[in-house]
Amino acid sequence: MRIVLEAPPRKPWHNSHMRTVAEFKIDYKQILDPRGEIVAPPPKFAADRGEVLRMYQAMTRVRVFDAKAVNLQRTGQLGTYPSSLGHEAAHIGVGAAMQPEDVLAPVYREFGTQLWRGVTMKEILLYWGGDERGNDFGRPKHDFAWCVPIATQTLHAAGAAMAFKLRKEPRCALAYIGDGGTSEGAFYEALNLAGARTLPVVFVIVNNGWAISVPVARQTATQTLAQKAVAAGIPGIQVDGNDVFAVRETVGEALSAARRGAGPCLIEALTYRLSDHTTADDASRYRSPEEVKQAWALEPLIRIRQYLRNIGAWTESEEQTLLKDCTREVDAAVNEYLNTPKQSTDAMFDTLFAELPAHLREQRAIARKYGAKPRGH
Amino acid sequence: MVEAVAMAHGWEMQHDPSVVVIGQDVGANGGVFRATAGLQARFGTDRVQDTPLAEATIAGMSVGMATHGLKPVAEIQFMGFMYPALDQIVNHMSRMRYRTRGRLTCPVVIRTPHGGGIHAPEHHSESTETMLCHIPGIRVVCPSSPARAYGLLLAAIRDPDPVMFLEPVRLYRAMRQEVSDDGQALPLDHCFILREGSDVTIVTWGAMTIETLRAVGDLESQGISAEVIDLATLSPIDGETILASVAKTGRLVIVHEAARNVGVGAEIAALVAEHGLYDLRAPVQRVTGFDTIMPLFRLEHDYIPCVQRIVDAVQLTLTD
Repeated sequence: MRIVLEAPPRKPWHNSHMRTVAEFKIDYKQILDPRGEIVAPPPKFAADRGEVLRMYQAMTRVRVFDAKAVNLQRTGQLGTYPSSLGHEAAHIGVGAAMQPEDVLAPVYREFGTQLWRGVTMKEILLYWGGDERGNDFGRPKHDFAWCVPIATQTLHAAGAAMAFKLRKEPRCALAYIGDGGTSEGAFYEALNLAGARTLPVVFVIVNNGWAISVPVARQTATQTLAQKAVAAGIPGIQVDGNDVFAVRETVGEALSAARRGAGPCLIEALTYRLSDHTTADDASRYRSPEEVKQAWALEPLIRIRQYLRNIGAWTESEEQTLLKDCTREVDAAVNEYLNTPKQSTDAMFDTLFAELPAHLREQRAIARKYGAKPRGH
Repeated sequence: MVEAVAMAHGWEMQHDPSVVVIGQDVGANGGVFRATAGLQARFGTDRVQDTPLAEATIAGMSVGMATHGLKPVAEIQFMGFMYPALDQIVNHMSRMRYRTRGRLTCPVVIRTPHGGGIHAPEHHSESTETMLCHIPGIRVVCPSSPARAYGLLLAAIRDPDPVMFLEPVRLYRAMRQEVSDDGQALPLDHCFILREGSDVTIVTWGAMTIETLRAVGDLESQGISAEVIDLATLSPIDGETILASVAKTGRLVIVHEAARNVGVGAEIAALVAEHGLYDLRAPVQRVTGFDTIMPLFRLEHDYIPCVQRIVDAVQLTLTD
């Protein structure tokens, strides 16, 4: 994106004095096209076969996990669950671009990034199974938990970035947001703040086309969501969100710039929500099967797998082994989750304050007396 | 109940061309709970509009539309997402009539799902009616059956002032009841006596009518006769009906799902303390949610008051 600024005209209301004082363009980045061909200079990490395999394996791992989670919900063993099907490149690309010490402010669908950063499958299942212990990540201890209210997390990321700046820590914050979320005031406030204070924060819009039943074209009249950066005075760029190379490189560059004090960036990753919004939704009510079918042809695993095969780094038997390993890991996590006993009623009280006030100690006793109903998952 | 809500929309849109429906996913999707199902197909995309995903937008545009000839019926998808709308509700919607001395008015209905108990994700199970009841200039209504949802929603849309309409999610599909689509509204600012009784008055609203009526059944088998009042309009409170009942029974138990601290129950207790103290034969009892965060769903039924807590509270008022 380029913004051209000139001095304002002296008499803007006079036609003969009219001229352009600002214009912008939005770049779009793609490295790996849907056929698995490299179509732009490949980034340095792409030369490291092991690293590319690691990304592909992580994408497969989250897809296997995701299918199992949907299945658990369908069989009454998990609550409402927001599938990440189709978002694997965006989520793993971001995860791989971040440093462990950076802070992630997720929305609620970015399981790939979280698994990459060390959140466990059991923790994810606990949260979506109605248990707050899922938010108590073993690692990374410093990441925010899921953010169900829309767009509010973008300001938390800006605030964390302000803390890093004031404390002179070479760290960045990264906030996710969905396409629908960009309609919320909090999103614009976060961009504005980040730009005005040159904060080390990167915002990643995962534009999957749909905010529940509302398509992007009904959210905004702008051609891109990346251009929302223009009004905040920060760079904005679009990237093929099904291309893990492009996502990782773009986010990596933005984080490096932020880390060296160059300020924030807004990245729009274009992908598609192949699933319903959540397991409580039925997308067939509002979008056509043809559209979904077309999107499947562009989904992110096909191209990276094809690329790996093309360079002779992946065989069918390796694929089968990987799927088996992932299934085994997911099954073990599901077992652990299902065998986690319900919290006692004290859990409603014990982490509310550092020290529980007297009236809540009384209420805790009432909850003990009537509570502990044997409802599991 | 959710069909009754959709039906009331349909009746009023058919009979009043100024009624428009706005919100997130209210159009083709018919609302995430199906409360606006079929309306867009019937009335078109001008009168049934999906808004951008922004609650301040929904409330703020409602103010603009209502002051200029329309009657917006707006949906906030879950009560936990209402907070961005509060600035518009508190600072503009509620006081438009007052501060312009009646020159501009806000005939708006904001509907939102209320309460927990359906295994929903975080922020989808709140009962924060107190927050709304504290705002002067708006009404807060909470129906407890399909028939009352239909009649009260019609009244809310026809009301010339803003009404917050809280729809208990546990009742959306819990209860089947024939409701005739006759356009008959029920009165706002009035309680409904769900059951007459002589020993104790129980005031409740919304989904807690379920546990309350179950408790009353238990109490009856113990020979205790309870009068059950559905508050229905939470603000302003119909004090007259409550005071008349307490004058008859001499005992008062208030049951609500929302947290106890500064809950609507406290207002009812204060009302009776001010105007009916000498009718009371026992201290007022409140059975409420705890002053904690509504827990995620594995514990939600330990948060929502249970039948036994209500029974015990009633018995406490009967103990000398």
